[in-house]
Amino acid sequence: MIGDLRLEIEERKNELKTERKILMATQKNTNYKLLFTILLALVLSISMYSFASAQGPAPTDDEVNAIAKKLFCPVCENTPLDVCPTEACRQWREQIRQMLIEGKTEDEIIQYFIDTYGARASGDPPNKIASYLIPVTAIFLGTALLLRALQMWKKPKAAESAIPAGEAKQVHQDEYFNKLEDELKKRK
Amino acid sequence: MIANLGLGILLITFIVTVYSAVTAAASNPKGLARLLRSLPSLRAKRFADELEKLETPQRAASMAESARRAMLLTFPLLTLTSLLLIYLLVNDHYEVKFVYEVTSRSMPTYLKVTAWWGGQAGSLLFWSWLMSAFASLVTLRKWDRDREFLPWVIFVSCVTLAFFVGMTAFFENPFRVFYQTETGVEAHFFPPANSIPFTPEDGRGLNPLLRHPGMIIHPPLLYLGFVSYVIPFAFAIAALITGRTDDRWIRLTRRWSLWAWLFLTFGLVLGGRWAYDVLGWGGYWGWDPVEIAAFMPWLTGTAFLHSVMIQEKRGMLKHWNMLLIILTYDLVIFGTFLTRSGVLSSVHAFAQSAIGPLFFVYIAMTLIVSVALVIYRWGELKSETEMNSLLSRESLFLFNNLLFMSILVVCFWGVIYPLTSELFTGSKVTVGPAFYERANGPLFAGLMFLMGIAPLSAWGHSTLKTLGRAMWLPTIAAVLVTVAIFATYTHNVYALIGFFLVAFVILITLYEYWRGSRARMKIHSENILTAFWNLTARDRRRYGGYIVHISMMLMAIGILGIELFQMETQGTLEVGQQQSIGGYDVVYKDIARFTGPDGREVTRATLSIYRGNEYLGDLHPRIDYYWDSQQSMTIPGQRATMKDDLYILLVNWEPASATGATFKIYVNPLVNWLWMGSLLFLIGIIIAAWPDKDPERVAVRAGKRARQASAAD
Amino acid sequence: MTETNPPRRAVPLWIQIVVWVFLAGLLVLVALGLSRRQQGTVQPGEVIDDFALTFYSGYELSGKTEIKFSDLRGKVVVLNFWASWCKPCEQEAADLQQAWTEYAPTGEVVFLGVDYVDTEADARVYLKKFGITYANGADLATKISQYFRIKGVPETYFVDREGVLRYVQIGPFSGVDQIREQIDLLLK
Repeated sequence: MIGDLRLEIEERKNELKTERKILMATQKNTNYKLLFTILLALVLSISMYSFASAQGPAPTDDEVNAIAKKLFCPVCENTPLDVCPTEACRQWREQIRQMLIEGKTEDEIIQYFIDTYGARASGDPPNKIASYLIPVTAIFLGTALLLRALQMWKKPKAAESAIPAGEAKQVHQDEYFNKLEDELKKRK
Repeated sequence: MIANLGLGILLITFIVTVYSAVTAAASNPKGLARLLRSLPSLRAKRFADELEKLETPQRAASMAESARRAMLLTFPLLTLTSLLLIYLLVNDHYEVKFVYEVTSRSMPTYLKVTAWWGGQAGSLLFWSWLMSAFASLVTLRKWDRDREFLPWVIFVSCVTLAFFVGMTAFFENPFRVFYQTETGVEAHFFPPANSIPFTPEDGRGLNPLLRHPGMIIHPPLLYLGFVSYVIPFAFAIAALITGRTDDRWIRLTRRWSLWAWLFLTFGLVLGGRWAYDVLGWGGYWGWDPVEIAAFMPWLTGTAFLHSVMIQEKRGMLKHWNMLLIILTYDLVIFGTFLTRSGVLSSVHAFAQSAIGPLFFVYIAMTLIVSVALVIYRWGELKSETEMNSLLSRESLFLFNNLLFMSILVVCFWGVIYPLTSELFTGSKVTVGPAFYERANGPLFAGLMFLMGIAPLSAWGHSTLKTLGRAMWLPTIAAVLVTVAIFATYTHNVYALIGFFLVAFVILITLYEYWRGSRARMKIHSENILTAFWNLTARDRRRYGGYIVHISMMLMAIGILGIELFQMETQGTLEVGQQQSIGGYDVVYKDIARFTGPDGREVTRATLSIYRGNEYLGDLHPRIDYYWDSQQSMTIPGQRATMKDDLYILLVNWEPASATGATFKIYVNPLVNWLWMGSLLFLIGIIIAAWPDKDPERVAVRAGKRARQASAAD
Repeated sequence: MTETNPPRRAVPLWIQIVVWVFLAGLLVLVALGLSRRQQGTVQPGEVIDDFALTFYSGYELSGKTEIKFSDLRGKVVVLNFWASWCKPCEQEAADLQQAWTEYAPTGEVVFLGVDYVDTEADARVYLKKFGITYANGADLATKISQYFRIKGVPETYFVDREGVLRYVQIGPFSGVDQIREQIDLLLK
């Protein structure tokens, strides 16, 4: 129920943002879906676990950790905030809890961390296009190169295509065995 | 005294390696001359003429022999150096800076020995020692048929060795000794003016994270993998320099690359196991830059393993294999560089040091020289045969290579992106696991699919029809398995795709086995077990490879399980309180703080585990605080089954406050399959890589026998 | 091999150029990254670029909630990076405050505390605990610390009246004398 309420607020906020900027909306929507699943999971887990804190408005450790998981410790590098054992990280998790109590959404909290502690605090690189575009382009280039090479190598083939047709007449079992034997023999 | 002796021997080793490299290169002036002639300089050509006059067979042979002996000498020398270092470590010689940094009096002796590779300087020495062992091993073999390779293999090995030994000797020397001077305590080789020796009371102790058994074996295995890739690389360069560019170098190094791959893979798995047991992340792999640094040579190494088969069988891809092994070698060095130079920030990083630029220069040089050599020999490396069918095995292997390279690109970009971002925008960024998982997920799925169909396709030619005939039965079975999983376990689409591919690969591979065995049963009238045994024995590489494929799929089950179905919860419990997760009930019973061995303070909780009313046992998550290094370690309490692992971390406990202790509880489904898979992997790879007496003669004999056998039939 | 000249022998020039350019680009990138890491902090003698610092309320600089560094020309600036989770910072906190109370009346020295990746709540506890009264603000998005390329906290930078960095203290001060000494040098 808490989740539902928060979901509604989130929804309204998202609508406002959509009006502002269309480009951002797509991104927010995926986040929204993610948030939905997380909140659903939380609602489920809250109802399942006999945890005392679930009734009150105080966020559980699990709610805090769900957000902290997406953030990185700003000082001990490359350590997700939810598993970082240092004192500083405990303070930051406390900060998340505080912000949850204030009714901040996950997106707002993450954005706050980026604004305060730099882009490094988020596990997602700020420039999504650059971070994904380059490897994807490289992969496409590689694929194109390979296909081109395959085409080049394929040219002189007319002579060979007759052989397998003859083989295909043989009984399946023997063919398989012959193939196996052939390969074993070919092994130098 | 002993430290000085160690220093002396290290310096001698360096001279010996340099001598060996130079002599090896000089023993083959013709090769050098040929290389020089390709340079666009008249003087180089004249010099080349002079060089060619120098070569006489006797001189060449004696110089090569001298280089070989020098190279063989490095192993005993480095062994002695290492023994001296171990002596210092074990006997608490804290006046030695390295000993002070990695050991302390309270450490047990075996840890003092393994502290050898616990710090920058020592691990560089360890690297060099392994390298010299491998290089010696390779020079001990019979060289009759490959005389011309020998000097260049020695040359490449010794250049690599000289680089590492030089680094150890001049920049990260483990034999520096403390002296008290006017300005303070400093570490030097020889006493500076107006100084007295200084011996600290106790050492700082090994980083607690490195005291775990997993960490004791994990670095040596990784290093073994790294180092053994130097050998195929050395042969490849030898082939390029001598111009003997047929597949001889590949045949000679086939087993080396298999063993290298074995060590690297197992090193990676053990690293994962260590992270799972020690880091308290609830996981085994965090896409940390340093993990990726070790993963990248594995990717190219695995691609190499497959693509060399194409060259052996079809005489194709000569260029590509050269490039792959060069890439693997330089990624090995690059990985070492990333870990040690401080260029990346990472949990694993060694302290910043001066060796970064040197590593960089070395990588740049080897990369440029190797690529130049490949371009120089490009014409002679032309492929022999043509490609006939998109579904032929060689073409599928090419796609396999494409996927491995794509994963490499993703990983490399992920590692390098923070660097570029910092350079161009001035802001530091983190590339988290989400990026790698999103980008690599489909690529891994593609690899699994290829793993399924490639064994069915034939070399040279395959059609959809032949493939389909071999595939339809296992495919239907895999679909049935997936439906069953859908009905009973999960509706998650990614999981279902993953499990389908796992089932697909395993069933097809088993079906292949079965078809092969059945064919043998019919024709040789053997029973199923002998048929199975003989089939494997006939082509160990192939069937060992199949076992490796199956083992990879078992690991994939574990990875899918923990990635997609991990459950976690955290909460503060009072004694007697209970927490439930994933069908387990966890009751917090007790907590105690006491002083453990080797000077650590242990805070150990006891929790009872129930499923329903059934009592399953106690778990003991604990926090170890090491006074000497002022670091703490969170050791989980684990209960592992094939279905799932219950994994409990003690997050926080303040003895003063009576509110209880905070626990983080994970349920990690199926993760045990990962470790089981790695054991099967070991079996498979050993079957594939176990040395024959003389691989070639045996193969010839086997071929003859096979021909006789089939003639008799 | 120079005698026999098989067709299609060499790699086309353009491919060679592409390969070398790519390789060179990669190496330059890594080299730049490496040199940046090896660089260390901003060195004495460099002119400090302008940056903005927003103060915590109650810790403003002569009533202003935000200043530009260039506004402080003509004054000696002591820029101290600290954090509430940092144990060594506590060693020097009292000394810094002591020095501040000594030099504040002259009006020629400005102390700026830059709170490196910290939560405001914890920062306030820290400031109160050590009775700090000089201006303090958060290093938003770690922009300032990235500019100075700090290696950790505490670090203190002494900037002269012309805006030129004169001295860098890595780690805590040994005592208030050390702070006085540096300031007096710049006041001459």
